[in-house]
Amino acid sequence: MAAGESLTTTSYIQHHLSFLAEPFAGGVIHADTMITSIVMGIIGLGFFWWVARGATSGVPTRRQAFVELVFDFVDDQVAGMFHGDRHKFVAPAALTVFVWVLLMNATSFLPVDWAAGAIHLAGPEEFRLTPTADVNTTFALALSVWFLMIYFNIAVKGLGGWLHELFCSPFGGNPLLWLFNFLFNVVEYVSKPLSHSLRLFGNLYAGEIIFLLLWVWAATGVSGVVFGSILGLGWAIFHILIVPLQAYIFMMMTIVYLQMAHESH
Amino acid sequence: MSINLTLIAQAITFFVFIWFCVRFVWPPVLGAIEERRKTIAEGLAAAEKGSKSLDEAKVQIAGLLDEARGQARQIIDQANARATSILEEARTGADQERERIIQSAQAEVQQQINRARDELRTQVAGIAVAGAEKILAREIDPRAHQALLDQLAAQI
Repeated sequence: MAAGESLTTTSYIQHHLSFLAEPFAGGVIHADTMITSIVMGIIGLGFFWWVARGATSGVPTRRQAFVELVFDFVDDQVAGMFHGDRHKFVAPAALTVFVWVLLMNATSFLPVDWAAGAIHLAGPEEFRLTPTADVNTTFALALSVWFLMIYFNIAVKGLGGWLHELFCSPFGGNPLLWLFNFLFNVVEYVSKPLSHSLRLFGNLYAGEIIFLLLWVWAATGVSGVVFGSILGLGWAIFHILIVPLQAYIFMMMTIVYLQMAHESH
Repeated sequence: MSINLTLIAQAITFFVFIWFCVRFVWPPVLGAIEERRKTIAEGLAAAEKGSKSLDEAKVQIAGLLDEARGQARQIIDQANARATSILEEARTGADQERERIIQSAQAEVQQQINRARDELRTQVAGIAVAGAEKILAREIDPRAHQALLDQLAAQI
């Protein structure tokens, strides 16, 4: 918030929804999204790596037991759906998705105004804390999974097998049906990354907006502070459910899409 | 909602993180868990084997005990039989000894009877000769009448 401007509801919300956009390589990049997501990824995977490096097959420490708990949770999910050699790629990818998305989502627990104030002191005017409330992040993840899906389709079934599937399923191999099959598959291929990414983005973005609206209300007076705080607490508790749930859903859809790429119809 | 270079940068970040996890995080954790599972499985198998061999040992012990008991019974039986046979032998020996002693005693008695009888006979013969001497009032020539006297003594 630039000094001297009057604070209105619109400017408050706009301020909190503005990215720290920086020119980069002839385009624009959201520095806040990049910094937070990379820091979160390093914290999450760094912790796992640190524990994995000292992992013992004997009696595990509590730290290792926690890591193994998360590991087993992800591995069980993958094992339940994926029937190939999951340890080579799919399961670790799922773990990466789960840990990273969970931590990126978890940044939304931080009180926005306090965090913004602290960052403001450090310099940047605008800084959005939650990378998964940035559609770039969710699209990046979903499209990466999408390309992986196509890669595994071709790697497992061969280019011919994949093309055959594009034109001959789900309705059948009759030449009259090729067009319909293809259109159907195009819709599927378009809808997959959209639903994958927009579900995560929508949940986190909506959560952010509702917090902001509550804090706007809290600025209106005593009753606003009281009710804003009570509702804010309620929404925060609900948000604690949303954050791991969305990370879980995102991981599950990643596994499902990669599994579908491995199975021929 | 603005799509920009962030998307590509995030995708690259994502792949780097996946690569890192595939390369450095997943294998050691998986290895540790798998190895522990193996250790636990081996431990359970060893415990099962141990309890099985304990059962086998119990069976073996019961067999050995039975055998030992049987042998003991056999030894006792043999000892009893031996005692009985010794007793029997002793009894037989004693019987034979008694029989022998009785026989020798009887033989001795018979001998003494015979000797007494001979002596008596000789004395009777002497008395008879002395009587006859007195009756005949003269000395009988013992040499001339010895045959007579012997005959007499044999008749008594």
